[in-house]
Amino acid sequence: MDIKVLGPGCPKCQQTEKIVKDTVAESEVEASVEKVTDIMEIAGYGVVVTPAVVVDGDVKCVGKVPTRDMVKSWIEK
Amino acid sequence: MSETATVTEQKAGIEQSTKVEQVNTQHSLIDWKTIWKPLSLIAGVFLIFFWLPIDNGRFTGAVLESLALAKWYAQEHVLLCLVPAFFIAGAISVFVSQAAVIKYLGAGANKILSYGVASVSGTILAVCSCTVLPLFAGIWKRGAGLGPAIAFLYSGPAINILAVVLTARILGPEIGLARAVGAVVFSVVIGLIMHMLFRKEEQAKAETALHMPEPEVERPLWQNGVYFTVMVGILVSATWSEPAEPGGLWHTIYNVKWLLTGFFAIVLGVLLVKWFHVRAYKVVLAAAVVLALAIVFPREPLVAFSVGVIALVVLITSTRGETERWFLSTWDFAKQIMPLLFAGVLVAGLLLGRPGSEGLIPSQWVSSLVGGNSLWANLFASVVGAFMYFATLTEVPILQGLLGAGMGKGPALALLLAGPALSLPNMLVIRSVLGTQKTITFVALVVVVATISGLIFGHYF
Repeated sequence: MDIKVLGPGCPKCQQTEKIVKDTVAESEVEASVEKVTDIMEIAGYGVVVTPAVVVDGDVKCVGKVPTRDMVKSWIEK
Repeated sequence: MSETATVTEQKAGIEQSTKVEQVNTQHSLIDWKTIWKPLSLIAGVFLIFFWLPIDNGRFTGAVLESLALAKWYAQEHVLLCLVPAFFIAGAISVFVSQAAVIKYLGAGANKILSYGVASVSGTILAVCSCTVLPLFAGIWKRGAGLGPAIAFLYSGPAINILAVVLTARILGPEIGLARAVGAVVFSVVIGLIMHMLFRKEEQAKAETALHMPEPEVERPLWQNGVYFTVMVGILVSATWSEPAEPGGLWHTIYNVKWLLTGFFAIVLGVLLVKWFHVRAYKVVLAAAVVLALAIVFPREPLVAFSVGVIALVVLITSTRGETERWFLSTWDFAKQIMPLLFAGVLVAGLLLGRPGSEGLIPSQWVSSLVGGNSLWANLFASVVGAFMYFATLTEVPILQGLLGAGMGKGPALALLLAGPALSLPNMLVIRSVLGTQKTITFVALVVVVATISGLIFGHYF
């Protein structure tokens, strides 16, 4: 599973990255978490308000910090 | 006898040197990489204090000025002006649907409408630096195009609620108004010019739809309208200052300002119960406490006001759901902005002093560079503003210091119109999005427009 956290580096984006990484580490799902900071790449996903989370190419959450439960529901199918 | 002694000595010497070699090939216990940073910090602080010019009258005066300025902000602006503004900014980011605004900036949007929306939507969308640059890139690449993207990028930092309120309160209502109106009008002008210049380069838009943030709370527009009117009412009436000349409507309002504030607070309490599911008995209890304090300390309205703010926090944090989100986003703003503003006030006080007194920089320098309303003064202020980095809202205390030291009002507006939208680090990011040519054009346009509006403003005020 391939997870991307989109955000140019504001406090909320760092918070999102931490939540996603922690949740992935806790669950036994194999997933790579990557932080995308390049603005043009972020815009390439059609995301205009950060932070955003992309799971396997699907934009899951835009413009807010997700809760752990939300992240869990995306990675555990 | 003596020969053997020398041999042993030589042997010992050889053993010694091989030992030293062995030890030297091992890794050092000292890891300079982890040491040099804290070490240079300590050394730096040491050197500053070693040469601290404590006997210099100008320096000690400047330090006192800086503390006095911070005290003045703490007494006059934090409780009545900043705290309500944080609550309003927090409410905007939670209760106003961003998707509803971004819709007008998408690829299929009406062109004229998209300029209008882009120029004013900073009030709603740009309250956090997280949002400005991605939105800018998104609007350009995927949405309404270069013109609206530039309009949004330029006006955003100047018209968010905190910037408008603080500018008007500290630098005076004329500059506050001129800043907001100037930012909106010129954002459209600059956006249009950029669109004209680079019309041929506009490429076909990618067809992917923009991903919208889901609205956190759905609330009819009129309810949001009433709600924000009430909060702005509290802010305005609480910060109403005594007019210069006695008599007239403004003075009457000044005399009843606390009654007005109380009235708006009661309406806010009713709204909290009606729309936000706060328990009625809690609101009545809070109101009773605040009222009691207002009666017991009629000469110290700040007591009742502060307890009112604390009561509001208790009310909205003890009710589950959207009010909690309101509190969290308000707290985010406060946490993000207060330290920057505090540092900004201290530095501005140290360098420039309060109005009427001097800091480290002699007032003569300021007035010779940016005093009066000459073309040179306006241009200088615009260029400096464009390149210098102002952390959120710190442009206000810095300009207050500059104005006090003799800066003209025209150059002050020029700096405000060029400053917060641009800075050297910001230009580098814009360049990575737009490319060098467009970035240089944008910066040049901003400087020219800021200079001209400074000249006009300085001529009339």
